[in-house]
Amino acid sequence: MRKNLLAAAATLLLAGGLTSSAIAAEKLKVGFIYLGPVGDLGWTYQHELARQAVVKEFGDKIETTFLENVPEGPDAERAVEQLVRAGNTLIFTTSFGYMDPTLKVAKKYPNVHFEHCSGYKRDKNMATYSARWYQGRYIQGEIAAKMSKAGVLGYIGSFPIPEVVSGINATMIGAQTVNPNIKVKIIWVNSWFDPGKEADAAKALLDQGADIIMQHTDSPAAMQIASERGKFAFGQDSEMIKFGPKAQLTSILDTWAPYYIERVKAQLDGSWKSADTWGGLETKMFEMAPYTNMPDDVKKLAEDTQAAIAAGKLHPFKCPVVGQDGKEVECKGGDHLDDGQILSMNFYVKGIDDKLPGK
Amino acid sequence: MELIEAIILSVLAASTPLLLAATGELVAERSGVLNLGVEGMMIVGAACGFGGAWLTGSIIIGALCGMLAGVLMSLLFAAMALGLAVNQVATGLALTIFGVGLSGLIGARFVGERITPAPHLQIPFVTDIPLIGRILFGEDAFVYLSLALVAAVWWFLYRTRAGLILRACGDNHVSAHALGYPVLKIRMYAVMFGGACAGLAGAYLPLAYTPFFIPGMTAGRGWIALALTVFASWLPGRLVIGAYLFGAVTILQLHAQGAGIGIPSQFMSSLPYLATVIVLVLLSRARTGGSTAPAALGTVFVPDR
Amino acid sequence: MQLILEKRAERSKIVALVSPLIAIGLTIVTMTILFMVLGKNPISALYVYFIVPLTDGYSLQEIAVKATPLVMIAIGLSLCYLANAWNIGAEGQFLMGAVAGSWIAVKTQGTEAGHWVLPAMLLLGAIAGALYALIPAICKVRFGASEILTSLMLVYVADLLLDYLVRGPWRDPQGFNFPTTAEFDPVATVPTLIEGGRLHLGSILALIVVAAGAVLLGKTIKGFEIRVVGAAPRAARFGGFNANQLILLTFAISGALAGLAGIIEVAGPVGHLQPGISPGYGFTAIIVAFLGRLNPIGILIAGLFLALTFIGGEQAQITMKIPLDVTKVFQGILLFYVLACDSLILYRFRIVSSSPQVARGAH
Repeated sequence: MRKNLLAAAATLLLAGGLTSSAIAAEKLKVGFIYLGPVGDLGWTYQHELARQAVVKEFGDKIETTFLENVPEGPDAERAVEQLVRAGNTLIFTTSFGYMDPTLKVAKKYPNVHFEHCSGYKRDKNMATYSARWYQGRYIQGEIAAKMSKAGVLGYIGSFPIPEVVSGINATMIGAQTVNPNIKVKIIWVNSWFDPGKEADAAKALLDQGADIIMQHTDSPAAMQIASERGKFAFGQDSEMIKFGPKAQLTSILDTWAPYYIERVKAQLDGSWKSADTWGGLETKMFEMAPYTNMPDDVKKLAEDTQAAIAAGKLHPFKCPVVGQDGKEVECKGGDHLDDGQILSMNFYVKGIDDKLPGK
Repeated sequence: MELIEAIILSVLAASTPLLLAATGELVAERSGVLNLGVEGMMIVGAACGFGGAWLTGSIIIGALCGMLAGVLMSLLFAAMALGLAVNQVATGLALTIFGVGLSGLIGARFVGERITPAPHLQIPFVTDIPLIGRILFGEDAFVYLSLALVAAVWWFLYRTRAGLILRACGDNHVSAHALGYPVLKIRMYAVMFGGACAGLAGAYLPLAYTPFFIPGMTAGRGWIALALTVFASWLPGRLVIGAYLFGAVTILQLHAQGAGIGIPSQFMSSLPYLATVIVLVLLSRARTGGSTAPAALGTVFVPDR
Repeated sequence: MQLILEKRAERSKIVALVSPLIAIGLTIVTMTILFMVLGKNPISALYVYFIVPLTDGYSLQEIAVKATPLVMIAIGLSLCYLANAWNIGAEGQFLMGAVAGSWIAVKTQGTEAGHWVLPAMLLLGAIAGALYALIPAICKVRFGASEILTSLMLVYVADLLLDYLVRGPWRDPQGFNFPTTAEFDPVATVPTLIEGGRLHLGSILALIVVAAGAVLLGKTIKGFEIRVVGAAPRAARFGGFNANQLILLTFAISGALAGLAGIIEVAGPVGHLQPGISPGYGFTAIIVAFLGRLNPIGILIAGLFLALTFIGGEQAQITMKIPLDVTKVFQGILLFYVLACDSLILYRFRIVSSSPQVARGAH
């Protein structure tokens, strides 16, 4: 389809009949579907920043469009299809719940390319991408164990999906390398985004004796509470140091821009192929915010760990991984758990004194 | 002991926006007006409240902006439901849709900004009294203001003539009108009071709870406030109990999780609503003691001249 | 001098006809101002909102898909409201219908179950919706508890039940713990009508419901009873109509329709049960019912019209980068104007001298 257009445009150019409207029609149109409002300060905001980076990179060559606040229900499929019909030929759908709607539309429009974030269903024209945030969680676990005086971490979970569960496990494995007796208290708020409830959860965790707050929810509310109480916390998705200048130790930053730029580039030069991209620190699919508010030796430890993970020398889920029941988890990836095991993680590791919901 | 104190403090803060919004709605409903637009008024109050505080650096001005925004929203409701006798349920729902959109437009400028939250009280000696000091004198001023407001509303409804008239409008607008009271005007004031309270409740969230504005940050609290007025069977005293009970369930559920007690959280979360239905049934059944819904609640009134 | 509202002796037919036009005119004026403030071209914006979605088959289909649950629920609600029974918990009944119907789909997943599955799901969905609606209705007739509030409370309970089921017992075993059931089997899916489109059998059912509603209200004794009980309760009592029975009946019908809409939405456009299957259909339908003046044909038009603004809002985001919040404000303003103008069908303004007059007492 695009090639035909290119050919047609080339012919026109040769014939000297290229009008400005023909150039406009030639622009690559890239669409984005967002779960939240662009100003959510978290998940959607980071995707929006990446979109802006794409615009900056390619300028006039492309045109981008987004639909925000698209609920993961019956409206999602229509939203995706609307973007297709508006002429977008590369579409990023940025939440797990868009998986089935995206797949349905992808089957209908084989010439349009789709990029779905954090899902597991793919097709010839539907790629998936996500980040190995668990690597960052491992580093955070180490830092947390070093910084915690009480030896108790507070963890605010959104939903007990594998991404979050593997984050908790990686945190604990990292923390146990520093303090084998570290404890974690987990509260599920059953929402990605409810600042009030996240704040309540942070308070509850601190009140119960935790002195480090970690979160897998999107708003800076928990950071704010930690800051107010003079405790430490880790940000999530975006830089949250503004909300806890003395509290933020580091934050896992979703940096989608390099990936988006790469994919748009591939689309522009016709080399786009469906793929399953699950990048980590080694490919900068996410980054760590500066290590702040900690002594130099902790900072050094964190930086060394980060370098080791990025270089592939350290795997957070290196075997043996021991489950809550005390049994070793089957080691399918040679000397570490394989991606499938991490992507479907449905157990807590030893040392977590809690029950995984729904188990 | 410290944990209990901490839990109580969290409950106080979590309940305050519910109590504020519900108090306003209670007065409106007592006058016979059912305004389902509480969520819409709250979220606009949150956006304007934060905007005011951010621009001026004053929490008090922020709170006033939130209240003003709530009043303006409620006037829109009053114009429709009272002035034009439009169905109150439909108008209230439309007000919420409108408010959610409007708050997003207003708040777009402030997203990503933060302010210094309302300070916690610190009265020398008094706040340091063991056990009760921090609970009674150590939260932010809104917490105590909300309780004072409930007391004032109780006094107004039951100890003043104006309050009696307001209740009369809610119970039988035809009779109230026949006695020469300006039913619509009284209801308009009641709705405006409800708007001010909802606006303040919304503003409380970015001014004291989480000092930044994010679209949709009220997250359904306006609807809970509506439930509360029913739970309290339209009695101010019970409203306090109800608000703190709702707050307590929310907070205790989080604490139960942190302590590793595995009850499905959805079950805990649904308890207040089921309790409200049961309370409503029991109260309606008893009829004696307590009061039930204002008889004219939600009905259209056009003066017959 | 004072402006007062006064009840007309009878409905004004002229106002009934021109009122929607006035409302749309006022909305256009207001939105033109808002678009100018926002720096958008008002003419192209309004064109995108109102006209563009009507210009191609795809968008028309999507309008019908979006309107289907709204119309179906609103028809049921209109019966309630005509009978003076205030069911505002349709959202909960919608969810309960979706949950109950999905139970069959989940339990027959991957089995050899035949074509009975979908009809059974629809039936069970409707029954569950009706039963769930009967809770507030019974509380009302038996104990006198306000149905407005009990039905609203039960929305949250239904929402949490659905949430619990898809996160626990009904979770797709292959779904990586994400809160959703597996995709329903083909026999448990509502068939689409046009190849490649999303228009589905549910839209036909919605039309049948509209027709049935019109017949019920216009041609049957029950319909007459419903109207009389709502409009003149005292006369109805003298006429020997049983108001309580009508409350139960209308609640059951509206619950059944909401439940049916719920299971159709799940087995149709969504294809599996998950949280967030309803973007507030049950509440939006209340507005649809009033926009349609509690009249079945009116509701059909109102449902389609509201759906148009949703589709147009998305088009506006895509083609003109108009934020979603503007669409919500736009919808809110539109609703205010339509409701306000409709009020003038029953009432009229009159200027009177400001001295208070003695009321003539009760009606």
